[in-house]
Amino acid sequence: MFQPTPVDLRNRAREGLVRWLLLGLTLVIILPVLLILGVLAWKGTPALSLEFLFTEPREAMTAGGILPALVGTVWLVAVALLASVPVGVAAAVYLSEYAPDNALTRIINLAIMNLAGVPSIVHALFGVGAFVYFFRFGTSILAASLTLAVMSLPVIIVSTREALQAVPRAFREACWAMGATRWQTIRHVVLPNSVSGILTGVILEVAHTAGETAPIMFTGAAFFVPFLPEGIHDQTMALSLHLFIISTQVPGVPEPVPFAVALVLISLVMSMNAASIWVRTRLRRRKKW
Amino acid sequence: MASEPVPAVRTESLNLWYGTFQALQDVTVRIRSGAITAMIGPSGCGKTTFLRSVNRINERLGYVRTTGRIEVLGHDVQGAGVALTQLRRQVGMVFQRPNPLPLSVRDNVLFGHRVHRTPDAAITRAEEEPILEEALRKVLLWDTVKDRLGARATTLSLEEQQKLCIARLLPLQPRILLMDEPCSALDPRATGAIEELLWDLRGEFTILIVTHNMAQARRASDECIFMLMGRVVEHSPTEEMFVTPRDRRTADYVEGRYG
Ligand SMILES: Nc1ncnc2c1ncn2[C@@H]1O[C@H](COP(=O)(O)OP(=O)(O)O)[C@@H](O)[C@H]1O
Ligand SMILES: [Mg+2]
Repeated sequence: MFQPTPVDLRNRAREGLVRWLLLGLTLVIILPVLLILGVLAWKGTPALSLEFLFTEPREAMTAGGILPALVGTVWLVAVALLASVPVGVAAAVYLSEYAPDNALTRIINLAIMNLAGVPSIVHALFGVGAFVYFFRFGTSILAASLTLAVMSLPVIIVSTREALQAVPRAFREACWAMGATRWQTIRHVVLPNSVSGILTGVILEVAHTAGETAPIMFTGAAFFVPFLPEGIHDQTMALSLHLFIISTQVPGVPEPVPFAVALVLISLVMSMNAASIWVRTRLRRRKKW
Repeated sequence: MASEPVPAVRTESLNLWYGTFQALQDVTVRIRSGAITAMIGPSGCGKTTFLRSVNRINERLGYVRTTGRIEVLGHDVQGAGVALTQLRRQVGMVFQRPNPLPLSVRDNVLFGHRVHRTPDAAITRAEEEPILEEALRKVLLWDTVKDRLGARATTLSLEEQQKLCIARLLPLQPRILLMDEPCSALDPRATGAIEELLWDLRGEFTILIVTHNMAQARRASDECIFMLMGRVVEHSPTEEMFVTPRDRRTADYVEGRYG
């Protein structure tokens, strides 16, 4: 009774093979991440100190800390999100909940896809033309953040739209059938049930925005600004650009310093992500169907 | 002769296409006010489509096209001045799968009421409570859920969920209830409970119910409409349809010789 047949044995063998293959591929992905973090921690930690985090660079950036760059990156990311999240979510809500399925909608969707494929240096040039010169924001946090925002819009729109679409149509119909308007339906049922998915897109874009260098290089981030930004019209230093500069442009930087800067940048991104993931988990726990 | 009362729903040569596929063909019916009318017919014959045309929820699909006339309570629902929100307030719908909103039991029952009241009507929670209780009592759910009004509606049993879906329509004081196979996801005992509920609501509302269950149609309705391939084949008092059907296809179907 219940002896495996040859078919069972073959399926079992195949099952094992697939399982190990998938595990292997997963490890292949994790390995570089661990390696990068390991190397950064190993090589960068010697340079890390409170002084490094909380003072300004000195002696042509070969000594001192990175405070202006750290603060600048936080400014750039925050202002970029303030611009991209409302616009992106609004666009996604329109596309998912209101737009009729016609040629115009398809063109818009295509445009979003193409925007996602634009290289960041092209975004940078666009930012210079549009924000620095045309809107006369000058090289400033505002111009740089808006450039970053444009760059992150496609991901925010697409992921938000997916999150909205994942809310079952039956809920919408239940609302409509009671005479709720589309907006009432969105406001009370669709959005509350898709925030966690929307946050996923935002999380991805926090990392993306914090790490980008090209889009901010000509629009608002500066080589060296020895004081902290006081508003969105100031120029600022940024971690990503600072890392690029001290690793390639400045002679005499002690070896651990670039690694330490990279470590701080990654930790910053990871802690922002951790915060959003925590929020998302809490929201998911309240979920719902 | 006394003038005939206004039918709750009346359609005149109603045709409906999903893209190029015609799902309703020349449907002309009068649904008697205050009665329970059952719609029967094999899967895909257009029952759901018909129901969803009455409250105009089908048109949210961009590729739907309709011709002909639909009147609810004597008024053309496709007229220029019709507010869909008001139409749907008067015409409640219960879906095939219970679809309570992912909110608490209380918020589900009060959802429609909140959506429709004027923004300046400052109703306190205390004033909402009688509305909530009355609706839940009417669907015989009050005693089972009164201690978990704050629980998620999706944690209720399917029968309770479907009753809740009926209850949430009541605060809107609808005139007509459209029910699309409300028992198809329920076991026989729960089906019986919902049917009893229908009888209780009879007279107060006009009920148009789609069912696949011949016994249910026979037990629970005053009139019957038999549809086939998008057309109405026969519309007669329930007893008549089951005892002396006029059309041979109706006879085949009600006696189970049909798909
Ligand atoms: N959203 C839709 N898009 C395209 N065709 C549909 C859609 N809904 C229903 N149909 C088609 O219309 C016909 C009638 O469907 P329906 O009204 O759901 O039938 P019933 O409720 O009687 O089973 C079926 O052939 C079905 O395939
Ligand atoms: Mg159906």
